[in-house]
Amino acid sequence: MSISVKFFASLREQLGTGSVEIDAVSASTVREVWQQATRCVEIPANTLCAINMHYTKLDDTVHDGDEVAFFPPVTGG
Amino acid sequence: MPARIIEHSFNPWQILAQHETSLAPGSFGACANFVGSMRAFNAGNQVSQMSLEHYPAMTQQYLDELCAHTIRRWELVDGLIIHRVGQIKPGESIVLTAAWAAHREAAFSACRYMMEELKTNAPFWKKEITDIGERWVHDAPTDI
Repeated sequence: MSISVKFFASLREQLGTGSVEIDAVSASTVREVWQQATRCVEIPANTLCAINMHYTKLDDTVHDGDEVAFFPPVTGG
Repeated sequence: MPARIIEHSFNPWQILAQHETSLAPGSFGACANFVGSMRAFNAGNQVSQMSLEHYPAMTQQYLDELCAHTIRRWELVDGLIIHRVGQIKPGESIVLTAAWAAHREAAFSACRYMMEELKTNAPFWKKEITDIGERWVHDAPTDI
């Protein structure tokens, strides 16, 4: 299944890319998406994640066509 | 539009005055607002410029839902959130939250709630240019 993966802010800079498309196996978790998209870079401890623009957890399941995003703690306002 | 993300400098007072003209005269008795602006200093360094990055689709969705939820929770006449992105100079406004209600308690509480929630959850990230170089901002719990 096809998953669109996005990285923002300091994570984008560390990984050297803002987005990748991956072909994941069915019933992958967010954590597995990270591992596949980054080729097993260790996830920074404070990383936040979202599926289709909603906050989620690393062990949640992704589905075909989902957009999965990873980013550091937010600093708006 | 209850929530707007804009890429240019804005005058929060002009926006507030303009928005009030869209509300029925006499429909509210209180308006509370908060304006956050860019400091020229942070963590002991001079800051000359800041770039504010965001996750566009998620940010807009989050702020729309936050504003709508806040209006329902405090039974507001209206609520407003404006947030800046892009290149920002010291003194320019970054964020505006405003709440119009029948009475001050709801207006104060709702205005603060929108601000605190977006600080915690809205996917924006600040990168500042300081006298010692560029760095991503990490908010401290004491920066309230």
